[in-house]
Amino acid sequence: MKKFDLLLTGVGGQGNILASDIIGDVALTAGYDVKKTDTLGMAQRGGSVISHLRIAAQVFSPLIKEGEVDILIGFEKLETVRWANYLKPGGIAIINNYAIPPLSVNQGLEHYPTDAEVKNIIGQRTDKLYLVDGSQKAAELGNARTLNIFMLGCLSKFLPFEIKDWEVGIALHLPERLLKLNMTAFELGRKEIR
Amino acid sequence: MKKLLSGNEALALGAYHAGVRVATAYPGTPSTEILESISQFKDIYTEWSTNEKVAMEVALGSSYAGARTMVSLKQVGLNVAADPFLAAATTGVKGGLVVINADDPGIHSSQGEQDNRRYAELAKIPILEPTDSQSAYDLMQVAFDISEQFDTPVMLRTTTRISHSKSVVDITGQRQLREQKMEFPRQMQKYVMLPVNARVRHPLMEERLVKLAAFGDTFAFNQLEKGEKKLGIITSGIAYQYAKNVFPNATILKLCLTYPLPPELLKKFAAMVDKILVVEELDPFLEDHIKAMGINVIGKEFLPRLGELNNDVVTGAAVKADLLPASQPLEKISIPAKLPMRPPLLCPGCPHSGAFYVLSSLAQRLKLPGSKQTDKTSTLVITGDIGCYTLGAYPPLNAMDTTACMGASIGQAIGMEKAGISNKVVAVIGDSTFLHSGITPLIDAVYNQSKITVMILDNSTTAMTGHQEHPGTGFTIQGDPAGKVNIENIVKGLGIADVKTVNAFNLKEVRAALKDSLERDELSVVIVRGNCAVKVPKKVNPRAVDKELCNQCGICLLIGCPAIQTEGPQPVIDGTMCMGDACTICEQICPRKAIKPASPVKVGVNK
Ligand SMILES: Cc1ncc(C[n+]2csc(CCOP(=O)(O)OP(=O)(O)O)c2C)c(N)n1
Ligand code: SF4
Repeated sequence: MKKFDLLLTGVGGQGNILASDIIGDVALTAGYDVKKTDTLGMAQRGGSVISHLRIAAQVFSPLIKEGEVDILIGFEKLETVRWANYLKPGGIAIINNYAIPPLSVNQGLEHYPTDAEVKNIIGQRTDKLYLVDGSQKAAELGNARTLNIFMLGCLSKFLPFEIKDWEVGIALHLPERLLKLNMTAFELGRKEIR
Repeated sequence: MKKLLSGNEALALGAYHAGVRVATAYPGTPSTEILESISQFKDIYTEWSTNEKVAMEVALGSSYAGARTMVSLKQVGLNVAADPFLAAATTGVKGGLVVINADDPGIHSSQGEQDNRRYAELAKIPILEPTDSQSAYDLMQVAFDISEQFDTPVMLRTTTRISHSKSVVDITGQRQLREQKMEFPRQMQKYVMLPVNARVRHPLMEERLVKLAAFGDTFAFNQLEKGEKKLGIITSGIAYQYAKNVFPNATILKLCLTYPLPPELLKKFAAMVDKILVVEELDPFLEDHIKAMGINVIGKEFLPRLGELNNDVVTGAAVKADLLPASQPLEKISIPAKLPMRPPLLCPGCPHSGAFYVLSSLAQRLKLPGSKQTDKTSTLVITGDIGCYTLGAYPPLNAMDTTACMGASIGQAIGMEKAGISNKVVAVIGDSTFLHSGITPLIDAVYNQSKITVMILDNSTTAMTGHQEHPGTGFTIQGDPAGKVNIENIVKGLGIADVKTVNAFNLKEVRAALKDSLERDELSVVIVRGNCAVKVPKKVNPRAVDKELCNQCGICLLIGCPAIQTEGPQPVIDGTMCMGDACTICEQICPRKAIKPASPVKVGVNK
């Protein structure tokens, strides 16, 4: 059994915790041991939110070591580069091309990293960077909250789980009326990774 | 059935299966979800208590009546409940009593870092520590048996990482409920702690510890995992997981009963290995006790006493201790410019924002962003408390000067005044915090003729910890109607004459009331009332900045509202975040009247 250490980063309210819950259930269904831990510095109030998700035959520590993340899934650019050191050399980074500037940036006191800087930072670890238009695609679908399922669609291309397991996992965590739309977002996500 | 459960969910399910009948708690990160999770079972009694002390006392009564009972609280919650906790340790129990104590190494969300295993030692009661969700589920069931067998409350200690991590639980059991009549047979020597009786209880407590230590020698959850002879690891809790990763070949003693320690098992272990490293978070608790038994171990001279452990930290310690060879660290990425931090903020539409804006302006602390203006001497001292409103301490509001522990704001204000500072002192406290521990100090203010002003920020919820009900909201944890305590009546009932209630979203009203109270030479209370934005069902008419009228003065940025952003020097409002009609604070402070309802927003890019 291969191991997959995933780090999901974002800002409170973006739905990355739910996304990591879904991945956990899908991995469990696929017969893996799973551990997941979220660190939320007051997520409700716009703080940063990260989830460590470890999938393997047997997992001990729920926290991933720095430099050992196989796939970094970023819902927001700044929050993703903040954790770039966790990515292993040659790992995969899937980043939603979207910025939520913190207050200090809005007030003109601090600098938000440019796209070139984002690419440079991640580039020091890997050339497998996928900058995806998740927020835009979700908005086009008419529901910005589908972003997390879109990101799962992107991620699914790199994990050995079957589409039907993803469907079951997603259905477990979302109300039925939202399922169809979210499965469309999932498909869009899959198409985004070529 | 296998399921991914958080430690807190596993504890709740384990307790339910163990036949718990009564569960009490006061919210606090990271223990909050334990009661929330168990409250889904309608066949047990669950309550949010007014504070942890009350939660412990209700639990004690329930245990005396014969019910299996649990209390859950965060580490500082046990400070509040320490008195009945020690009393419970003295009287012992009837129905099993388990105190779930959640420590917070790393201070993810607390006002301090403390190792509450010391409390169990002080109280002379056993500690059980799970290593993951499975072990949380299993130990919870054993905990009640131990409590009844040894006539003692049991501390089940978790930490943030155990409580908030999900791992696989094989749910084997189902609810086991004894046929049992609830009754309280009087037993003066056991339950009435007059000195004569307490003197009888104390030796029983000492005996209890000796018996528990022997019990630990054969306790199935204290596990010896055989490995190489050259290194032995003694560990517990989440630290066990890191030890397994970092020392896959060592001989490991995993302790789940971490107080009192099993003497024979430890001796046996010590004889099996050449060298022993104790891997534990925070204080050298196991280490000190093991050393006191005359067993030679190393530990905290290599491992930190602060914060959480993880594989990196344990590996670093192992290298320092010459237990592992040093490895070439991965080169750090060079980050061109400093990355901006993302501190938590009051939500858009938060009822606390306006109150702090007024307070900050009355205290002459408002400062335009980037301005070189130095702090004027504040005319006010603002003692603070704990809740979402503690975020009012940050710029741009800068409107809180102290935060110590829940309920402290009022007593601190009295103390500053009595010590003789020349400033007027305002205490700021939330509604849940006021009911938790703000009433007794307010009584002190009345009694000792203090002249402070107390601002009670009533958003009708316990927002900080995830919006729990409290005695002032009129609902139980299960959402059923409950008794509702009226804060005005409490305050007036204490005999305070100057009590005003104002609308949190009407700045003129807040300002007038506060200014009036501050000018008076008497004790005053201002209740600032407005719903928490998270509880507002719908956003209506988000605001926008009219760029024609706006002269970019930046005053609207002084609220610190996350919905107000900038494009260059131009403030703009993110219509998807703005709470619109429910708030309008920025509209009220804009000197150019440039903020108005936007034309209906299209469903666009959401944030
Ligand atoms: C003794 C203790 N118990 C619990 C907590 C956790 N806690 C922090 S603030 C808070 C209550 C906040 O509610 P409220 O005063 O109504 O303010 P709000 O967050 O709603 O603004 C709680 C329960 C704590 N810090 N200390
Ligand atoms: S959760 Fe409620 S009280 Fe807390 S910051 Fe948001 S609006 Fe304010």
